[in-house]
Formats: sequence, C-alpha cells, structure tokens
Amino acid sequence: MSDIEAMKAQLVGDIAAAADLETLEGLRVATLGKAGNVTALLKTMGSLSPEERKTRGPEIHGLREAVTNAIAARKSALEATALDAKLATETLDMTLPASARAVGSIHPVSQVMDEVAEIFADLGFAVATGPEIEDDWRNFTALNIPETHPARAMHDTFYFPEDRNDTDGNRMLLRTHTSPVQVRTMMSEKPPIRIIAPGRVYRSDSDATHTPMFHQVEGLVIDRGIHMGHLKWTLETFLKAFFERDDIVLRLRPSYFPFTEPSAEVDVGYKQEKGRRIVGGHGDDDGHAWMELLGSGMVNPRVIANCGLDPDEYQGFAFGIGIDRIAMLKYGMDDLRAFFDGDLRWAAHYGFNPLSVPTLSGGISA
Amino acid sequence: MKITLDWLKSHLDTNATAEEVAATLNRIGLEVEGMENPAEKLKGFRVAKILTADPHPQADKLQVLTVDTGDGAAPLQVVCGAPNARAGLVGVLGTAGAVVPANGMELKVAAVRGVESNGMMCSSRELELGDDHDGIIELPEDATIGQDFADYAGRNDPVIDISITPNRQDCMGVRGIARDLAAAGLGTLKPLDVPSIEGAGEPAVDFRTDDAEGCPAFYGRTISGVRNSAAAPEWMLRRLEAVGQRSISALVDITNYVMLDLGRPSHVYDSAKLSGTVVARRAKDGETVTALNEKDYVLTSNMTVIADDKGVHDIAGIMGGLESGCSETTTDILLEVAYFTPEKIAVTGQKLGLSSDARGRFERGVDPAFLDDATAIITDYILKICGGTASAVKRSGTPPVANKVIAYDPTLSATLGGIAVEPARQRAILESLGFGVTEGDIWQIAVPSWRRDMDAAPDVVEEVTRIVGFDNITSVPLPRADGVAKPTATTEQMLERRLRRGAAAAGFNEAVTWSFISEKEAEPFGGGHWTLANPISEDLKVMRPTLLAGLLSAAQRNQARGATSIRLFELGRRYFADGERPTLCVIMAGDKRARDWKNGKAAPFDAFDAKAAAVELLEAAGAPADRLQVMDAVTEGPIWHPGQSATLRLGPKAVLAEFGALHPSLTKVFDVDGPVMAVQIFLDAIPAKRASGPARAAYTPPALQAVRRDFAFLAPEGLSAADLVRSIKGADKANITDARLFDRFAGQGVPDGQISLAVEVTLQPKDKSYTEADLKAIADKVVTAAAKSGAVLRG
Repeated sequence: MSDIEAMKAQLVGDIAAAADLETLEGLRVATLGKAGNVTALLKTMGSLSPEERKTRGPEIHGLREAVTNAIAARKSALEATALDAKLATETLDMTLPASARAVGSIHPVSQVMDEVAEIFADLGFAVATGPEIEDDWRNFTALNIPETHPARAMHDTFYFPEDRNDTDGNRMLLRTHTSPVQVRTMMSEKPPIRIIAPGRVYRSDSDATHTPMFHQVEGLVIDRGIHMGHLKWTLETFLKAFFERDDIVLRLRPSYFPFTEPSAEVDVGYKQEKGRRIVGGHGDDDGHAWMELLGSGMVNPRVIANCGLDPDEYQGFAFGIGIDRIAMLKYGMDDLRAFFDGDLRWAAHYGFNPLSVPTLSGGISA
Repeated sequence: MKITLDWLKSHLDTNATAEEVAATLNRIGLEVEGMENPAEKLKGFRVAKILTADPHPQADKLQVLTVDTGDGAAPLQVVCGAPNARAGLVGVLGTAGAVVPANGMELKVAAVRGVESNGMMCSSRELELGDDHDGIIELPEDATIGQDFADYAGRNDPVIDISITPNRQDCMGVRGIARDLAAAGLGTLKPLDVPSIEGAGEPAVDFRTDDAEGCPAFYGRTISGVRNSAAAPEWMLRRLEAVGQRSISALVDITNYVMLDLGRPSHVYDSAKLSGTVVARRAKDGETVTALNEKDYVLTSNMTVIADDKGVHDIAGIMGGLESGCSETTTDILLEVAYFTPEKIAVTGQKLGLSSDARGRFERGVDPAFLDDATAIITDYILKICGGTASAVKRSGTPPVANKVIAYDPTLSATLGGIAVEPARQRAILESLGFGVTEGDIWQIAVPSWRRDMDAAPDVVEEVTRIVGFDNITSVPLPRADGVAKPTATTEQMLERRLRRGAAAAGFNEAVTWSFISEKEAEPFGGGHWTLANPISEDLKVMRPTLLAGLLSAAQRNQARGATSIRLFELGRRYFADGERPTLCVIMAGDKRARDWKNGKAAPFDAFDAKAAAVELLEAAGAPADRLQVMDAVTEGPIWHPGQSATLRLGPKAVLAEFGALHPSLTKVFDVDGPVMAVQIFLDAIPAKRASGPARAAYTPPALQAVRRDFAFLAPEGLSAADLVRSIKGADKANITDARLFDRFAGQGVPDGQISLAVEVTLQPKDKSYTEADLKAIADKVVTAAAKSGAVLRG
C-alpha cells in the first residue's frame, strides 16, 4: 500500500469517528483547509514529473475525493443525530385539548324553512313574504271570512287598538295565518302563480302544544286547469321529499275553510316507535294511525275575485302547513315552547351546522 | 255535536255498526272526534233477583243475600248493606271482575266480616246513573233476570262525537247527519213524521216581530194547561243524557231534544210571567236582562231581544231570560219558533261573550223553511208529554227562504275536484242530499233551504266529490317547466340566508324569540310602536322595536342555567309605525374563551369582538366592506356604552350596523350579568349588489414582489386610527395597495396627550422594481398625507 493509500485509510477512519461537528470541522481544516495535509499534497502535484503525475496524480485526487465524501457523509449523519436529539426535547402531549373555535348553529325553524324552499324551488315555487302586522281585510275579509263569520271567532286573533286602523278603516291585527300573502301575491302578480309563503303567525292561544307565535308555510298555485289531483300530487311530492320517505301515504278528508272550496284536511299515516311518531305507511295498516297534518283546498272563486283575478279563467289550490310541527315530526323535538327559549343547550342539540345547507344533490336533510 | 247510534237509526234505516258510521262520517267531511260506548263501563253488571235475605251474623247493618243471576247456576251469596235489600227485589248485580263506574273499584270474591260475598248489588250512584245512594236499584219485577244491565237499560248505545264545521248548520241535528250518511250509501233516510196540529183560537199571549232585520219571522202559539212536572219519556231522557244534556224539565227537555234532533232551537216562556204583547225588537242601549245562566247582560241597540211591556225576556236566539223561564208550576206557555239573522246573532254573541247551543245554530243559519213543521213537532211532543190545549199558530213576519239555483257544469267534478264522476251518479248524490237537479249542458242545481252554505259551482263539486270520497282523487303532477329548475330566491332572501349562515359560521347560535315584549322591556328603546289591544299577557304586549330585548332575556335565562359563554343571534323583524324591518342581532356575554392550559385565564368578550363580527357579517352579506366608515353610535336612550360603541356606515345616513358594548343600565333591566357585546345589522340598509353576470373583472397577479415599509407616527390622543390609515392608503393609490395599523402605544417615550401609531404600508410595483428614489418619493407622500390628518413621523 502506498503512503497515500495509507493516509486515506487513516483520514477516512478519523472522519468517520468524529464525535461531533466541531471535531469534524477540525478534521476538515486539517485535511482540506488551506494548511491541510491533503491540500499540501495537492500543491505538490505541479512539481511532479510527468511519470510521477501519472501514478500519484490519481492517488492524490482519489484521496481528496474520499476525504471530501467522508466529511459530507459524517456531517449529515451528525446533523441528523443532532436534529433527532433536538426533536426529542420538543415532545408534546398530543392528548392535550386543542383550542376549539366556537361553533354556532342554525335554528330548526330556519333549517326547515330552507328545506321547504329548496324542495318547492324544484317544483317551480318562489318564496313570497308579507307583513306580520296585517289588516283585517287581507287576513279575513278578502279570504271570504266576513266579520260575522263564525270562523273569524275561531282564529283567536291579536288585535291592535282601533285608533291604529289603516286609512281605509281596516282593523290592524297580527296575521293569524300566512294566507294574507296569497291575497298580496294575487293582487300584485299575474298568473301563472306558484308561491310558498313561510313566516311567523300569531294566535291568542297558549298551552302545552300551542304558543302565541308560531310558523306556517302557505302554498298557492293559480293557473288554468289546476284541480285537486294537482294539489294531492304536490303535497305528496313535497312530503316525500321533506321526510325523505317514499312510503308517505296521505288521506284527504273533506273539511271547511272559507277561503277554499272544496276544502280538504290532509292526514298522514304514521306509526308510534319508541314514544315518537314516525311518519310513513298507510294509517289503516297494523300499528299505524292517521294524524292531521295540514289544511288545503281549491281557492274559493270569491277569493280569486276579491284579489282582482277572473275566477272563470283561473283556478288553483292553496295549503298551509305548520313549520314548527313538521320540524318536530322530522327531527324529534317534543316541546314546542323550547323553540322560542334560546336555550344554548337546546341549540347545541337540535340546531344545525351552518354548512349543512339543504340541497337537492346533497340531500334535503341535514 | 254528539249523537248516539240508536238516535241516528231513528232517522236512518241502516244495519251499519258504529265503526262503519264513524269511518263514513270521516270520509264525507264530518270529522269524528271520539267514540264511546257507555256499555263498556257496565260490563259485568246484570239484572239479578234476590231470593233470600238473612241478617249477617257479625254485623247489624249487613244482610247475607242469595241472588239468582239468571244463568241457571246455583244462586250466589252476596253481602249487602242496603236498607231496601229484601227477598224478591230485582236489581243490578256486579260480579267478580266488574269495575264499579263511580269509583273504579274492581269487584272480587271476598269475605265481608267473615262471610263470603261473590259480588255487589248496586245503587244508582255506583253505576253513575243518578245521585241516589239510599239503597240499591229496584227494577220492575218483569225485568229479564240475567240480562246484561247495559242492554236492559238501553245503554248499549255508542256515542259518536262529531266536529261540525261552521258551514254545516244542517248537521247540527241528528237528522242532517243521517241525510249525509244516506247520501254516502250507508242506509236510507226515513221520512220525517210531521203531525198536523190545528189548535184552536188565537194565542192567549199576543206576539209579533218589530225587527225585520234581526228577527224576520216570529212563529208560535200558546198552550194552556200543561204539566211541566211530567217527566219526558225514558227514551228521550236516555238520548239527552247520552249526549251530555242534563234533564231540566219536560218542556225544556223537549225543546232541547228537538234542537239536537232536528237542528231547530226554540224557546218556551211561562205565560204567567209575561205581561202584554211579546215583541221581537231592538234592545235599548243599557237595557239589562238576567239570562238563564243567572248572569246579567247589558244590551245595546243593535241586539235583538224578545220583550214584553215589562222588559226583556230573551236575548234573541242566544239565551232565554231567567224570569220568564218555565218552572215546575208552569201551566200556560208561549212557544216561540223564530228565525234570527245569523250575522246579527254572531255579532251579539261575540259582543256579550255568550255561547249557547242555540247561538251556535242560529249564527250558522237554521233552515228558514222549517218553522211550521218544527212548531207542529214541538207542540206534538208537549201535548203528548205535558198535556194541555194548543192555540192556533200565529206567524209574524216571513222567514228568508232563498230558493237558490246554482249553474253547474258536471265536468267540474273532474276539472276542479280531480275526480271524474258519471253524471248519473252525480245526480243521485245531489238528489239524496236534497238538491233539485235539472240536467242540460249546464245543470241547474236547486239548493235545499237548509243548505245556506251553498252558493257557487265549487260548492256543488265539493258535495259530489266528498260523497264519492276524496280517496278517489288521483295525483296528477303539476306541469314542469323545461330544463333545470330556475332559482327562485329574491335578493332579500339570499341576503337573509347568507347572514344567517354567516352568523352561525362565526360561532353564534340562532334563537327565535317572541315578536312581542313587555312595555318595560321596550321602554329603554323608546317604547314599541304597536301595542296589542288584547295581549295574552303583560310580558307579550308590545311589538318589539329591537331584537336586543328578546336576546337579552334569553341570555339571562342561559346565565340562570349556568352558561358561562353566550353567543346568540336572531334574524327577524323590528316593527315600526311605517313597516317591518329585517334585522340581524348578535349578542355576546361572558367568556369569549374559557380558561385553558395554553392561555391561562378565561378571556371576556370586548367591543372589538363585536366590531369583528359586524365587519365579518357585512362582508358575508356582500356589503362594500372597504368603503365602510366607522362613525359614532346613533344613541337614543342608554342602549350602548357611550365610549365603546360605533356604527358602520356608507355615508352619514346609511347606517348598516351598530356594534359595541351595551350600556350597563340596559343589561341591568334584563338582569344579565357582566358586560354584553352586541351587533345589530340592518338588512334593509345594505345596498343590493349590481347584477353584472357571473364574470369577474380581468385580473392577473403581479409578477413582481410587493414591498413593505413601516412608518411610526406621533399623533394627538383623539386622532381616529381609521382616519390615519385611510389617508395613508389614499396617499399614492397607484402604488399603495394596503395600509395596516399594527401598533398603538402611549406612555414611556411618548409625550403626554399623544399616542404612537405604527402602520405597515404595502407597495406593489407594476412593470419594474422600485428604485431607492421611487421608494423615497412614496414615503414622502405617506408622511405628507399623515401630517394632513394630524400625525407626525416619529424621529
């Protein structure tokens, strides 16, 4: 073995054995530094004879390369060890709680209103609104409920004092249903009309299942050739989509509302499961029963005429559904009063994540 | 309206069961609210005969009976304490397993003072048949021993409770219901038996109507020599009792029975208590009457009454007067069968707050063609039950029989009602309901006098389709527009949706609170603009002028339940004299952040949390956030903290939001602990975005890197940070893309009355990098602009 080979073995061994980066740097300076022994050998190259250069030249270059590589290898090994050691001191208890961002919620009434709007949008229904402080003409008279009509007394109406009557002398009141929006829509739009009108309504009634304020959604279709078959289809289609069940069965029963003729109460089949009413199935089937869900009918021609449309040309249907009611049925709340309390615990349990926007593609239910 | 199956069958020839009747009633629009058979309660009670009665060996007041139960088995031994128990008595025996209706006790075989008793002989009270508890029931000797007592007593008669809609006065009597059921194919309506009673002589008491508007017809007669102490027949009493009508006296029972049977109210006066002519007239303002319910009513001149020379005897069509009512000693009577105008009855009833069975029928409108027949039927009952001699009938006025005819196109059953029905079937249905049908291209439908509710073709459609059954309606899809459903939400609706979900995403919980609040709660906000005339309570009286009240109340409730961090919002209306304004209100109270291992103590909300929420929500709403100006709060009353609240505006008048800390005196009104932060966003003030289609303005991110430079200024303490930043931003719009205040400091090194404000300015080069000279020029502009707003570059 030549002296250079021996030197290479020695140096590579020293480098590999360097305990830390400082020692390694010392070795680098001692070998490849300006005054290093490898540098010194390289400097001898110029003075070598061509013969010597042929043999010693490659040896010296080989030495430099081996030392350079050894230093780089050792350096990265030492750095990796150092990093490992540093990281080892940075260990955290990852079971500690992370700072949680406050999460808000959407009230079930709003969520259900969005669901209803989404379903009816697919059927071509726009959302209409109207004031909650209404006049008795739009709330009653135009809807074929004259002042002396027994149905007016059944509405448990909240009135404002007579000195607040409007300029036509109509008594002001809190709307008892969303039906005045029908009147407003028919008076301001030309058929064909397809609207739903969700919103707050008020009745002077308060017990375990009634609150003086609650929510309704009204539906109205005015067009040519609309009949009870369209009404039934619309309600079935809506309820199937809303409850996300194909086994929704409706029972229409003749009834009476002054603003519709014919009028129908609509029952839906359900069964009781674990203390809850689960909508679906035929109400006469075993273990099933019917529950009253909504009122509906063909818009009374008098109402159409009161609103300035020609009842010989146009006919249509209307329906009204309790939003709180269908929210409770779908999502399982059992206490209506809790809807209006603002209890944060209730909101956390029954509220909806703001990202749960009802869509047709993603599903109506959150 | 309650009916019994047996009563129904007196008008309807049918074999239908109670269940079939109920199902049919529901199907044709007469909603069954309940059904009950009184016989269920009498299960296990039967007719039995006492064979022997011997003294009880251990007790003086008891007897040991042997009772024949009629089933051929050996007589039962029964211990009995009734004084009238004796051999030979036929009574009612309850056997083991039967439940005593009066007290729910189940009978068992048991020893009574050492003697085995196998049942109980019952009193009337124990079976809820009456109040008598002095002894056991004594039945006639010929009663069939062993028969179920319910059957024996005619109590095996199901009672059906029906909800009659306001349009169907004709079904406020059993006969009307029978007619509907007959039309629905459940049997045949029996002819109504109307007796002919001529009577003799003028009525002993003269009467007339002077109020053609309120009482267009007053028919009647007098009957002399009646015995009101006579009892109405068993079957009549049984029916009345079954539907909850207490027996009062024979005359009253008869009028009640006819009202329930035929939907025809009438009134009987004791002639001895009348003086002079009885007149239907308008009441005088302030006139009073004591009604049969023993309450006094003050009348007004638009109410119709029946009065004589002395005073008012009847609130017409609603309730009779106490004074001239019949008593046991009544011998001569005036029978009134009148027609009262429904609208007038309704108004009078509402004004007096007085309900009665008669009002319920008159205000819906009784059959105006059924006065003579009703008079004859009622007279017949009176003469048969109470005896006496009837006068001739006197008729004052004319009832308004309408003879309505409706033009009806039979195809409407399909084109409106959704059910195609053969014309022949339609005709049959209508005729069975009492309509006259004249066929043609357009049919002429004659409306029977008892169907006041019918006035147009859709009413006829309902009659036909309800009898055919709404379950025959086939669903037909609404025509669908081509293509994908079009968006339907308005910009206002989209704004609400974005704000609602934005607020929830920002960590707030949506509440829905009452639209009405108390006067006390409205007061700090200047009071409400709408106060209910008839609130349900003082707490829910004034339409809210603010959403803060409801949310503060909710915050208080949550605090009372131990909540430490309250983040609530509501999106709803505020009610003003000129309209309803959509508003989003947010409140924050308690901890913004709970104490934790990383940050230590809990952190409360501060006014800047309110500002952050206000800005974030306005951005979510699409308001031009870069143009919003922070200005002073609009303070009316102590609502906001005077030094920690502000508004966000687009110009001086367009207030989009208010935010900040609430005034402590306000939170005190609502009993909420600690500082409360709030935001109000006025949706109607947010300008609608101009619709410019989906495409955005052209934009290419700059190729060159932005440059940041920091500037520190000294400024007087009152200088608005926002003004300084805005003037710096505007110093060189071509180069300055952003300016951000990152430090505010007062104290050591800063002169008294001054503050140090540090601003980071971002510069965006366009085509080439900035030279030192460029940067110097821009910096000079920044310093000049800052100086204009009162800030001096720190040395």
